[in-house]
Amino acid sequence: MNTKVLIAPSPHVHSGDSIQKNMYGVVFAMLPALIFSFVYFGMGAIIVTLTAVASCYLFEFLITKYLLKKVPTITDGSALITGILLAFNVPANLPIWIILIGALVAIGIGKMTFGGLGNNVFNPALVGRVFLLISFPVQMTSWPKALGFNTSYLDAETGATPLAIIKEGLKNGEPLSQLMHDVPSNLDLLMGNMGGSMGEVAGAALLLGLAYMLFKKIITWHIPVAVLGTVAVFSGILHMANPEAYAGPLFHLLTGGLLLGAIFMATDYVTSPMSNKGMLIYGIGIGFLTVIIRVFGAYPEGVSFAILIMNAFVPLINVYVKPKRFGEKRK
Amino acid sequence: MLKTFSLGGIHPAENKLSANSAIQVLPIPEIVSIPISQHIGAPATPIVKKGDEVKVGQLIAKSSGFVSANIHSSVSGTVFKVDEIIDASSFRRTCVIIKVDGDEWMETIDRSKDLVKEISASKEEIVKKIAEAGIVGLGGATFPAHVKLSVPPGKTADVLIINAVECEPYLTSDHRVMLEKGDEVLVGTQVLMKALGVDKAIIGIENNKPDAIAHLTKLAANYQGIEICPLKTQYPQGGEKQLISATIKREIPSGALPIEVGAVVQNVGTALAVYEAVQKNKPLFERVATITGKSLKNPSNWLFRIGTPVKDLVDAAGGLPEDTGKIIGGGPMMGKALTTIDVPLTKGSSGLLLIPREEAARKEAKPCIRCGKCVSVCPMGLEPFLLMVLADKKEYERLESDAVMDCIECGSCSFTCPANRPLLDYIRLGKGKVGQIMRSRK
Repeated sequence: MNTKVLIAPSPHVHSGDSIQKNMYGVVFAMLPALIFSFVYFGMGAIIVTLTAVASCYLFEFLITKYLLKKVPTITDGSALITGILLAFNVPANLPIWIILIGALVAIGIGKMTFGGLGNNVFNPALVGRVFLLISFPVQMTSWPKALGFNTSYLDAETGATPLAIIKEGLKNGEPLSQLMHDVPSNLDLLMGNMGGSMGEVAGAALLLGLAYMLFKKIITWHIPVAVLGTVAVFSGILHMANPEAYAGPLFHLLTGGLLLGAIFMATDYVTSPMSNKGMLIYGIGIGFLTVIIRVFGAYPEGVSFAILIMNAFVPLINVYVKPKRFGEKRK
Repeated sequence: MLKTFSLGGIHPAENKLSANSAIQVLPIPEIVSIPISQHIGAPATPIVKKGDEVKVGQLIAKSSGFVSANIHSSVSGTVFKVDEIIDASSFRRTCVIIKVDGDEWMETIDRSKDLVKEISASKEEIVKKIAEAGIVGLGGATFPAHVKLSVPPGKTADVLIINAVECEPYLTSDHRVMLEKGDEVLVGTQVLMKALGVDKAIIGIENNKPDAIAHLTKLAANYQGIEICPLKTQYPQGGEKQLISATIKREIPSGALPIEVGAVVQNVGTALAVYEAVQKNKPLFERVATITGKSLKNPSNWLFRIGTPVKDLVDAAGGLPEDTGKIIGGGPMMGKALTTIDVPLTKGSSGLLLIPREEAARKEAKPCIRCGKCVSVCPMGLEPFLLMVLADKKEYERLESDAVMDCIECGSCSFTCPANRPLLDYIRLGKGKVGQIMRSRK
């Protein structure tokens, strides 16, 4: 026999799944929301997205090559996701230099200080976003109004998000039923007709992305359902207890970054638990914290903080929450 | 909803290329090398020496312990020598090498084609005959069959499960046996039922073999107590624990055997061998194997004599393809890579798979992205990503408490990992070490 053959232990076949396939699958799932943001916020959204993506790639390349002196890993698609998610999480009129700082913090601190893809504890895009929110609160909370496709960038008219309208109003002692007239209808909320970060407004587009990722088995239902279910139940209980002080579950589900967070941020492989049971606990934690921050906290919006806080618990969840073992004796 | 097991599982591409190829008889070679260890347990002891004349079916090596099995000559001729040769495991193993001369069978073997339906042997006689015939589990694990039939005191079996799942991609030998030897399989099943004293048997078949399900369902109407159970195609359903979970919804506790939940599992090929041994007095010296591969000229199924060189099987199927990159004894999920085709086929040879070079190489392993896919596919509910890390760090205590010994080495984790991490390789290393530690504690 003159052929050389390979010797290796089983299995001898592979599913063909790869990190890239999963990453680009997520990117594909984000396309509806991305296109929606271009249509709603026009030029601003395009500039913000291109800047965020390009700078994430650039910083990842520079840091791996010159600081860590490793082979750059930019082709795996994770920098692209971080870039798009960072863009999704900022107003569509954010100055370019602020975006650059956000990308540097996201990639440099959020990802590379931990050792790159697979090792980071916190969602890089959220690290960048929260850093910007704390450092540049004015620029980060002046939301351009969705005006259809426009060519203006920095000069667009700005307005408050529905959550901010409710939060401010309640603080000033206005009754909720009165305030609800000042915010868009549920249908408008679902279709993205409100102020907010560029990727978070179009609920319908985000849900389409969720459907795609579930269908392609990129993610499982556990995290999104746990987050959204918990928010619905918890805010529903508050609403029933005092309808004049607490907005209803549907309002909470459709406003702010909740859908974006539950579908694309909380489900980040690296920073979420490995077992289904762990994912449920993590998702419930995010939903619970989101409502707490929104209703009782200083910020009108709480998803980013909730996810980052729960990210910190993931290693603990992975250690203490074991999947159901086959043949385990039931107690 | 079709039945399947309770946790995890994958569905690799089936690639049953040889499913429509009827079983052919492989020519008897000029020389056979019959290893004395073709089973799990102690090797048999050779009882022939150089120059001895042997007939087909003659005992040539005797079982040497409780978990051991007899070895019979698969040919007639002269013992050339009893010596060590390299076998499929790449280790030197003792073989009885026989120069073939004609095809003279032992007179005691009933060579007629008639189906013997009446089971005259008693319970004890059946077990004794199965032991004498050297029957081992033909699914690939090669556990001596009579040992499973000796139910330990204090335990009782209430159901026999016939493993006709054939969940490994590519392999089709069990499939062909069911289609071509259906009645023999069913009588063999009844023989096994009698040996165990159970009145119920379930034959589990995956629904990617609808013709076998239909055929056996029709035949089973003539046999008391045999039920055909179609199963959803899902790997690794051929694992005993998974098959029991799929067919009768019982979970074997960690570390226990099927008998703990009242079940005994035997492979469908074993049932055929049992029929031949008990009803026809024929020891196990031949079996059916699949030879397959995408570049192979003629993927097919063959009845071969134990000890035939693997090369003969390859030649019968059209020769070794130019682009062969890996030669697998068994299926792609759990089979073993061979270094050469100059090794003998044995009782455990269920198939031979030739993988083209471009599919043979493993892809570069990337960092774990913690996607959790290995956890969700693990049929034992383990956490392969964690076990790999622990094995790498030599944290044997945690490996043990995280149930590494429950791993059935099905390979679903490595198969599914998008980062191409060699999860099972590391888990095997960990299992080996933890096993040592556990034994030294006793």
